[in-house]
Amino acid sequence: MTSLRRRLLRNPTGIGSLVFLVVVVLSAVFAPLLAPHDPNTANAYDTLSGPSGKYWLGNDGSGHDVLSRLLFATRLSVTLTAETLVIAAVLGIVLGLLAGYYGKIFEAVGTAATSLLQALPAIVVLLAAKSVLGPSDFAAMAVFGVLIAPAFYRVVYSAVSAVRGELYVDAARVSGLSDPRIIGRHVLTVVRAPAIVLAANIAGISVAISAGLDFLGLGDPSIPSWGGMLNDGFTNIFTQPLLVLWPSLAIGLTCVAFALLGNALRDELERADGAPKRRRRVKQAATVAVAPAAVIAHDDAPEEPGTDLLVVQHLSVGYGTPDGSVKTVVEDVTLTVRRGEVHGLIGESGSGKTQTAFSILRLLPSGGRIVGGSITFEGKDLAGLSAKEMTALRGKKIAYVPQEPMSNLDPSFTVGSQLVEPMRIHLGLSKSDAKARALDLLARVGIPNPGRTYAAYPHEVSGGMAQRVLIAGAISCDPELLIADEPTTALDVTVQAEVLDLLRDLQRERRMGVLLVTHNFGVVADLCDRVSVMQSGRIVETGPVRAIFAEPRHEYTRSLFDAILPDAEARGALPGVTSSGTLGEGVTA
Amino acid sequence: MTETLLDVRDIVVDYPVKGFRKPPFRALGGVSLEVGPGECVGLVGESGSGKTTLGRAVLGLAPVTSGSITYRGREISRLGHRERRALAADLQVVFQDPYTSLNPSLTIDQILTEPLIARKTDKQQAQRRVRELLDAVHLPSDAGKRLPREFSGGQRQRVAIARALALDPKLIVCDEPVSALDLSTQARVLELFKEIQARTGVAYLFVSHDLDVVRYLSHRVAVMYRGEIVEWGDANQVTVHPEHPYTQRLFLAAPVADPVKQEQRRAERHRLLALQQEQDEQMEINV
Amino acid sequence: MPRFVLRRLASGVVLIVVITAATFFLLHASGGNIARRILGQEATEDTVVQKTHELGLDRPVLTQFREWLSSAIHGDLGASWFTSQPVSEAISSRLQVTLELVIGATIVSGIVAVALGVLAATRRGWIDRFVQFLAVLGFAIPNFLVALALVTVFAIHFKIFKPTGYTGLEEDPAGWLSTVTLPIIALSVGSIAGVAQQIRGSMIDALDRDYVRTLRSRGLPESRIVYKHVLRNAGGPGLAMLAVQFVGLLGGAVIIEQIFAIPGLGQVSVGATSQGDVPLVMGLVLATAIVVVTINLVVDLLQGYLNPKVRLS
Repeated sequence: MTSLRRRLLRNPTGIGSLVFLVVVVLSAVFAPLLAPHDPNTANAYDTLSGPSGKYWLGNDGSGHDVLSRLLFATRLSVTLTAETLVIAAVLGIVLGLLAGYYGKIFEAVGTAATSLLQALPAIVVLLAAKSVLGPSDFAAMAVFGVLIAPAFYRVVYSAVSAVRGELYVDAARVSGLSDPRIIGRHVLTVVRAPAIVLAANIAGISVAISAGLDFLGLGDPSIPSWGGMLNDGFTNIFTQPLLVLWPSLAIGLTCVAFALLGNALRDELERADGAPKRRRRVKQAATVAVAPAAVIAHDDAPEEPGTDLLVVQHLSVGYGTPDGSVKTVVEDVTLTVRRGEVHGLIGESGSGKTQTAFSILRLLPSGGRIVGGSITFEGKDLAGLSAKEMTALRGKKIAYVPQEPMSNLDPSFTVGSQLVEPMRIHLGLSKSDAKARALDLLARVGIPNPGRTYAAYPHEVSGGMAQRVLIAGAISCDPELLIADEPTTALDVTVQAEVLDLLRDLQRERRMGVLLVTHNFGVVADLCDRVSVMQSGRIVETGPVRAIFAEPRHEYTRSLFDAILPDAEARGALPGVTSSGTLGEGVTA
Repeated sequence: MTETLLDVRDIVVDYPVKGFRKPPFRALGGVSLEVGPGECVGLVGESGSGKTTLGRAVLGLAPVTSGSITYRGREISRLGHRERRALAADLQVVFQDPYTSLNPSLTIDQILTEPLIARKTDKQQAQRRVRELLDAVHLPSDAGKRLPREFSGGQRQRVAIARALALDPKLIVCDEPVSALDLSTQARVLELFKEIQARTGVAYLFVSHDLDVVRYLSHRVAVMYRGEIVEWGDANQVTVHPEHPYTQRLFLAAPVADPVKQEQRRAERHRLLALQQEQDEQMEINV
Repeated sequence: MPRFVLRRLASGVVLIVVITAATFFLLHASGGNIARRILGQEATEDTVVQKTHELGLDRPVLTQFREWLSSAIHGDLGASWFTSQPVSEAISSRLQVTLELVIGATIVSGIVAVALGVLAATRRGWIDRFVQFLAVLGFAIPNFLVALALVTVFAIHFKIFKPTGYTGLEEDPAGWLSTVTLPIIALSVGSIAGVAQQIRGSMIDALDRDYVRTLRSRGLPESRIVYKHVLRNAGGPGLAMLAVQFVGLLGGAVIIEQIFAIPGLGQVSVGATSQGDVPLVMGLVLATAIVVVTINLVVDLLQGYLNPKVRLS
């Protein structure tokens, strides 16, 4: 909490608005001392006169001193705002906490109350309330506090229920912590920040609402209020236009100050959390102080000329850092994919294998760029192509199969439409031709009911089917080169085997060159002709698959092989324990 | 005959489905297994098999519709909050995701002392215990003051293991603890699991989708499919010479890191699938 | 889909009934005082009792409500206690005017907000910061201050628009435009800010998603990805925000109408409130509730069109 305060003070808008608001509160507190005149004294001779030596801001329609009235009106605004905030915060936060953590009846009550309270515009409800409550501002703003409590409820509820589902809360429960302890330790910290930001925004809104009600003439006429002064000014706008200015400034600046404060708080809080949760962890390679050793290449059969599809030479990829330097994640990578050949790129997380693949497609995440080397595809240097030319190449000549099937399909469009769209662009097909081709593709990738899948939305199909759809999409325009980024990692083992079969068949059938990124040597053994091993952004060993598997030479490659678990020896039963082979009917076929 | 530590009998777990009068989703349809003291029982299956649900039911994190779970002879499937908390000294957990199983805003010290707080251990004792735990999982002793984000996935998983060991449990439910780790890290963490079991005699209910991992660590193995156990027995038998058709498919599906062997295995798998399909068709005709 | 609509309709009706019931009970909670307030402080006890009986206020509240509800269903909302004008008449003529303002402001807000939000999200850099800054200001400044500023500058100073009053659409379209332009602008500023921020946020979010990269890898041009795919996905939250803003606009209209002297529901509301004219207030609440429920239903349908997952829930 203290660190938040400190951070806020470094933010210029934060400081500015905080200072202004403190001034406002202080003027409210010390109004009797600061005001030069009594706010309720009406001077009949000085009505609607402009600023003068005696009355610094002039006099209003009834002859009151504007400045004094303004200062006293500040008291009302501050008090009312505090009242609304307290009521809204207490109701909303408590219910949000209970509903988010325990769910069930609290959640039901919360949802019902929220939809009811938010159904009508606040002003209409307040008008209706005032028709029985009378002119008291305090009563009205108390009602408003109840009306705006759902804002706190929603924010707290979503923060708490998000935390509730986290594994570390489950771990805390298994560790034996009681619920109140868990809430105090894990939940409240997440609630604090959004609640504070919301409070700043709600304060601004409540100032506007109470001013609005007073402006309509529904407030207590005996108490000075900003809205009331605004009303007075508006009534006399042709005679003394300046009268509108002072309360406008008071209301406007206060509202803006609250909003800017809320914004500054939110910015500082986001910065404190580090990278927002949603962003994929960009697996950055460790900057290893390994002297660039020569790549161990297993010698090859002599290359046939003209079969090189993709030639990557001395490729380096880097990301800009805040201090201006560039952090390289791929360094001096050279590899070749020949026509009809499957080249595996294997490495652990942070090795740079995925970054290499993205850079070939020129689809690096923002901040990343190629800092050296060349990528030659069918004889053309890809780096020299314009964005438009690159877009024409993607999907048509170079295709991509991603890792995670469900998140790589647009959830708002049917599977079929997503297949058809690129085909119509690249191949110029008519709608019906494209649809026929799409259905053929779906059948080819092993989807049992192509018509149904064509019309389905992504969330209606399983992971395995979605991956098949993505593969179908990738081959739909008959690409020469396929870049597959861990295409089976996110799938179940049995589905994985089927998809590997599919990839093999398709590759052979269409004589595609494939760059297969993976972390699994089994996949390499199953599918690849050649393999390159990457570590910390560099290739350490490369060669034909059989050669590397038979005799891995680089120590990193060897260590990877050593880490593979043996597949023939099991641990065996613990002595003294008999295993009942059959438990119920489950064992039989 | 040693006394069984954990005895699960005919457990059924239903999850309510959103919607008016929709039938609940049956995650576990009558599952039984047992774990002896100091034993590692592997639970293997793919997504939707219910293996994670079973682990959670044992921990009291999933609602049990019917059946019984007994720990050392005592029924624990429907415990109240307070009794469940008392079980923390015996029954612990290591989760899969090293990134979300540790609260990112707490230091390692705070994370490791959490189970000790629940037991009202005094500060000095707690600090001593933290040092012991960091030692047991081979993490540097100055790790305590740092935040989880300063550590790699493998190291965070070690912290999670250390947390599980804090109260000297008798049984740890391990829910895919190495699935999110790199190959080399995975091997090291599995070694750690083995070492801890040898030293402390703790038992594991080890859930994983990876047959190789389960085979490496387990004494007995249960294979799950769609909420039921389809094969159960010696690790040697189940994971090397499986008898149930699903286990056989599972066994052959994972590719091996040997191109020649993998080619043979692929052929074997295709033969098996063809055979199983024929058998299924035969059964349909006979029905 | 029809089931979806029916369910929304049913819950909408329930909501209207609950709101009107709650309002009715709350308004009649202080039964005796109502008659006194109408007659004034000096009225004798007898006249108060007589008036109470005359208005039927001495009966159980539940009965009164049931009566009100059944006549409301038939279109009879009673008569004002002060002017004796039928409530439905007083409201319907003015409802149209208010709706012109509010719906106009909603449409303007939607269009401008989408443009600003997309601009900010796709260009980033200084445009983004500028839009964000405008949004904060626009959201913070109360709409009646904007209205006052507009009146002062354009109507009084520059004399371009008519400062006050209202001309019907059917009578004189140009005149109508001249009278509603400033009010609609004043109303729109705040909601543009809110919706633009929402759209900007959800677009930035959506642009970061995996499927956007996959669409790029398929060779789709960037403009198509942004306007067809990303906007569609980001539209849902933006639309939800617009619906919320609509409710706020209805409230805002009350004050704005006062400033521009527009004969809408606002004037009637203020009068009814300060006098404590319960039948009129009830009519107002009912009208507002019906408008809100209808708009929410329309928005839900649009959401169903935008987001296929919503259709199944």
